[in-house]
Formats: sequence, structure tokens, C-alpha cells
Amino acid sequence: MKIKTMGYMVKQGFVGLWRNRGMSIASIGSVTASLLVLGVIITLVINMNNIALMGQSQFDNIQVYLEEELENDEIDSIGTELESIEGVAYVEYESQDDALEKMKESWGEQGYLLDTLENNPLPNSYIVYFEELEASQTVVHNIQGISGVDEVRYYQDVIDNLINIADFVQLTGLFLIAILGLIAVFIISNTIKITLNARKQEITIMKYVGATNWFIRWPFVIEGMFLGLIGALFALTIVYFAYEYAYNLVYARFYALFAEYIVPADAMLQQISLMFVVLGIGVGVLGSLISMRKHLKV
Amino acid sequence: MIEFQNVGKTYRHEVVALKDINIKIDKGEFVFLVGPSGAGKSTFIKLLLHEEKATSGKIIMNDQDITGVSNRNIPLLRRSIGVIFQDFRLLPNKTVYENVAFAMEIVEAKSRDIRRQVPMVLGLVGLSDKAKKYPNELSGGEMQRVSIARSIINNPSIVIADEPTGNLDPDTAWEIMRVLRHINQRGTTIIMATHAKDIVDIMEQRVIAIEKGTVIRDDKKGVYGYED
Repeated sequence: MKIKTMGYMVKQGFVGLWRNRGMSIASIGSVTASLLVLGVIITLVINMNNIALMGQSQFDNIQVYLEEELENDEIDSIGTELESIEGVAYVEYESQDDALEKMKESWGEQGYLLDTLENNPLPNSYIVYFEELEASQTVVHNIQGISGVDEVRYYQDVIDNLINIADFVQLTGLFLIAILGLIAVFIISNTIKITLNARKQEITIMKYVGATNWFIRWPFVIEGMFLGLIGALFALTIVYFAYEYAYNLVYARFYALFAEYIVPADAMLQQISLMFVVLGIGVGVLGSLISMRKHLKV
Repeated sequence: MIEFQNVGKTYRHEVVALKDINIKIDKGEFVFLVGPSGAGKSTFIKLLLHEEKATSGKIIMNDQDITGVSNRNIPLLRRSIGVIFQDFRLLPNKTVYENVAFAMEIVEAKSRDIRRQVPMVLGLVGLSDKAKKYPNELSGGEMQRVSIARSIINNPSIVIADEPTGNLDPDTAWEIMRVLRHINQRGTTIIMATHAKDIVDIMEQRVIAIEKGTVIRDDKKGVYGYED
């Protein structure tokens, strides 16, 4: 295709957009609306996956709390016993003082609150690292049988639940998006149909003079592409600022504690922008192709 | 250059529009297509334009069997055919010049060629001074001359005119016929469907009469042969 022709196509596409502004706005609105719903779902899912993922990498180990008032040699022997369990890579001892120090660190600026404690309420513990996550169930079971072990903090349930919820949200979300996407395609195809009717005579002449079908189609495809693209950009902007707002809210409420599990707004934007743009344009192109299916036959 | 061999066209529901048509039209001929409405003239023209496909027989155009041409190649075939309609079919929001140039633009002609070719063809149909006018500022005859200019701008070997004088008064009709004759004398084959008895009788060109889907008459220097 020649550059001049491409210029003609793009220009015609914009003329179409402008000539029926009302319908163009409706189309853009419908794309934006469906992508907004997608945005809500996708940010939820991405965050849940993120938590699950972080959980998994953070919890390829478990914390084994020991009973209070154990002698040092008892603690040591529990250590050797833990190491001898099959599936355990290595163990690390964390005294209650270490634990408190760690907690202070993770609380950051609020760490001074812990200074007021009279007694350290945290137990001594071992951190047990798995050779592989799959074997964790049996390892945990074995650990629970060791005397002197008070409690095993084990996060697999939480992680599994999170993944399940993410799956559920994803599934209902997909269903909702499919319906909204269809509506968007329908509205766009109607918008294009109006342009198409306005240019019916022109198209007839084009066909008689020997314009190829794609020569005729391109301006409409471009019109649809722009409807979808503009809709996607609107949705992206709204999702970005809404998400940033929500993120800051969470950050302010729960301090850094929670925030590290939540994907920051910029990273989120990176993850979803390509998807939104592709989906928006895809919906637009689909809408225009559907509207032209019948009209192009001569 | 155009040959119909036992061509038939049956629409859905067994409506027979054309049957067993055998016609040969040579390069540079001027052919009138006559016959009552609904006799098959339109279908004949549609077959020439590949708007419809023949259901039997063979159509050869410019030494090429185009009976089973693929949809993809139809646009390319149409570029060798110019079309003129009874209702002109000009684009109202484009000037005379733009209407003609449009036909070149959509076959992706070079700008330089467009700038050279359009004024030349407008001169040929006698509209050089109307280039900047819009269709609603023109008379019927002038509009039809614009559409003739458009039909020949890409140098087709065949021009098909579907009742080109149908909407025009007799004087203007003759004006159009002179233009068509002129184009014909430059070597372009012209096939013109018409109900204009006077024109057919006076021009003394080949006349093909179609009735009930078959060719009932094909005379070298024919007459209209129907009472209006």
C-alpha cells in the first residue's frame, strides 16, 4: 500500500468518527465501560496472584515455634532432629530476641512501639527450609510429632485459598467481560454501519471502478480501531488513577505492612496497558468487520 | 474481445434470467442492447460487470476466461471496464474534478498522472470550464458527461452504459451520444442498454435484442424494433 493511500484511509477513518460523533462517543463509552470492569477484575486477580506468589517464595519455609522454657541443649537436639527429617534442606534458629528485632525492622517507623514491651512475647523458633514445596505436607506432619514443638506456622492453606479465590474472580470476571465485550462490539458495529450508509453511494462507485475490498474496508477498520483505542485509553487512565488512589489509601491505613504485598500503580499500569490496548483495538476491528460483512458484497 | 458461449443465468427459486446466450463483440464496436424491461438486459450487464456469476456457459473477455474468476480478482477485472448509469451516481460533496480524480485515486494512481489525466479527459467531454463546480450546479447533461469522464479516466477497453440518456431531454441525449461516439471512435468498445428508439434508429449501429432471457435479434446495422 502506498503512503498516500494510507493517508487517505486514516483521513477517511477520522471523517467517519467525526461525522457521527454521538455514536462514536457511545461506542467509546461502551469499550471504556467493559474495560473498566476488566480493570477491576484484573487488578484484583493480579494482586491475589502476587500475594500467592510472594507467599510461596516467602514460605518455602515454615516457622516452627518451640515451647517456652526449654533448655539450650533441648533446643539444639530439636534442631538436629528437624534437620534429619527427609525433605528438609536446612534449618535456621531464631531466638526470641532475634524475632523481636526482626519485627521492629519490619514495622519501620512504628517500631518504637515495641520498645514499651516489658517481656518479649515471642517464642524461640526454628525456620525450616524445604527441599521442595511438594513434600511440605509430610514434613510438617513429621515436625508436629517432635516433642518440644509448640506450633507450626504453615501458610499453605492461606495460599491455596487465595489461588482459589483468584480463580473464581477470574472466571466470573471473564464471563462478565465476554458479555460486555459483545455489547461493545455490537455498538461499534452499529456506529460503523451509520458511516457505511452515509458512504454507500461512494462505496458503490468505488466498487464499479475497481477498488479492492480492502481498499474499501480499511477506512472503516481504522474507524473501529480508533473507537476501541480511545475507549481503551480512557479505561486505562481511569483504572490507573483509581488504583493509585486505592493503593495510597491502603498504604496510609495499614502502613508498609500490607503495602509490600500490593502491586504499585505504575507496575500495574505496565501489566495491563498492552492488554487493554490490544483488547480495545480488537473489539473495534471486530465491530467494523461485522458491520461490513453484508455491505461489501457486489 | 467479449464472448458469451452458451451463457445462462438462473437466480434462486429457479428464476431464469438468461439462457443459452451466444454473443461475440469485437474491439471497438458500438453495441445497443434493447428489449423490454425485465427481459434480461440488466442481468446481461451484471454478468459483464461480474456483479453476478453465470450459472452455465463461459464468458471470455480480453482473451481471458472470466467465468469462474475469484472474488479477489473481480476488482482488477473491473478496472478494464468503465460504467455509466442512468442516474449519474456522482458524489455530491466532491467537485467535477474530484469526482473524476476519485476513480484514479482508488486504483492508487500516481498524483502526477492524476493531475495530467483528469484535465485531459474533462476536455474530451467538454467540461474544462466546469472543473471546480459541484454536481448540484450542473445540468443533467453535464452531470452525465462527468460520469462519462469518470468511466473512461482509467482507460478501460470497454464502456458499459446503462440507459445513459434515460433521464435527459432529447437534445441533451444527443449531446451525450456524440460524446460516446467520440470515445468509441478512439477505440473503446461501447455497450449501451437503452429504450431510446430514435437514437438506436438514427445511429445505425449493431443492435442486440434480448427478450425472455434469449437473444432474439442481432443485426449489424439494426433498428430499435419496438414501439415505445
